Amino acid sequence: MIATHYTYWIIFALMMIGLYAVMSHGNLVKKLIGLNVFQVAVFMFFISLGRVDEGSPPIITEGIEVYSHPLPHVLILTAIVVGVATTSVGVALAIRIFEAYGTVEEDDALARDVAEEAAE
Amino acid sequence: MIAFELAEAVLLGILLVTAVAITRARSLFVAAMLGGLFSLVTASLFVLLDAVDVAFTEAAVGAGISTVLFITALALTNSREATTPRRRVVPAGLVAVLATAGLIYASLDLPRVGDPESPVQTHPITETYLKESQDDLHIPNTVTGVLASYRGYDTLGEVVVIFTAGVGVLLLMLGPRRPADEARDQAYLQAEYRVLRVVSKTLMPFILLFALYVLLHGEFGPGGGFQAGVIFGAGFILYTLMFGLGAVQRVLPMRTLVILGPIGVLLFAGVGLSTMALGGGFLDYNELNPGNPSSGQVTGILLIEIGVGLTVAAVMVAMFYALVRRGVRR
Repeated sequence: MIATHYTYWIIFALMMIGLYAVMSHGNLVKKLIGLNVFQVAVFMFFISLGRVDEGSPPIITEGIEVYSHPLPHVLILTAIVVGVATTSVGVALAIRIFEAYGTVEEDDALARDVAEEAAE
Repeated sequence: MIAFELAEAVLLGILLVTAVAITRARSLFVAAMLGGLFSLVTASLFVLLDAVDVAFTEAAVGAGISTVLFITALALTNSREATTPRRRVVPAGLVAVLATAGLIYASLDLPRVGDPESPVQTHPITETYLKESQDDLHIPNTVTGVLASYRGYDTLGEVVVIFTAGVGVLLLMLGPRRPADEARDQAYLQAEYRVLRVVSKTLMPFILLFALYVLLHGEFGPGGGFQAGVIFGAGFILYTLMFGLGAVQRVLPMRTLVILGPIGVLLFAGVGLSTMALGGGFLDYNELNPGNPSSGQVTGILLIEIGVGLTVAAVMVAMFYALVRRGVRR
């Protein structure tokens, strides 16, 4: 089991380290970095499913019979670029939050909201 | 085989250590740089797993563009993180450990990595993409064939998502802003980074030439619109980092990018509509040259790859400009 499945297990561990960073850290930029780690681990999982023993990259060449599956590659290729585009929306939001609150720490921003409500 | 497993285990080990270091780093600058390393090692892993197209997209995006985005975010916010309170660490850690255990339990039902008998490899679509595509499309790089032809519809959706994200960033970042700190910008531009500047200036033509090669050669070797777009974008971002926004905007002003982005999407959708007008389905490239369907396929794929490349490159560079133009505050 270990010899054949360890790739998946390490990938799952990487995913969960990313998820842990998103959940435990209050800093919005750190959350985004954690989300990135999670996302890249999901990419690895997809790509590892497409691999086949003794396979070659799916570019058809004479004399080669076994190729890895191209579909996961297509999905992940586009997902990477979509991922960076959505990450930068997150970055832009974090910057706006910083400009409005003077902090990117979730707890501090919430505390400020509560304080303002109490003052009203 | 043993060499493959050894290389894979080493790369996965580096990734594990890097991921732990990212969560532990209090300095966000360190975390962002480690994130770049994480992506670069992942790109090597993708090469090992035969996903060459994915690998260089990940290298350009993960190690290049997203690292720069995070560092720009740090310049505009804070670069140190507050200490994580204990009340958040314990539940989050618990959830992560339990979820890992659940996933590992579920993975026992997965076929082993590289199993030629796995459902992925035995599904009939594998035959379509790898064998029949050679008769339908005559395009050796099946990744490009699937991306642009078989799943062209999907790809159009992805390009629209990227475009929309770009519009979102511009709307968020181009509002009223405080004047940039001129003195500080000048000091940076006059600082002695001569080696970096000479090297990046020398690299610039090669990066752009490579991007064009990747765009136009995507049917035969690894490459295509997405990869070319991010390489092109990374080149301009590198130039901006070294020479400032003023210099790069003389070549590629924001105005041009705002026009090029939509043109890419419209070119893609326009190819789809024109194949419909010619009597075929949406994105049915055979109609572009009814006498010789496979040449129609090549033309159609090249056109939409150019559309993808334009939009991706324009959005990447425009997002970066928008973040930089926000000016350094504090």
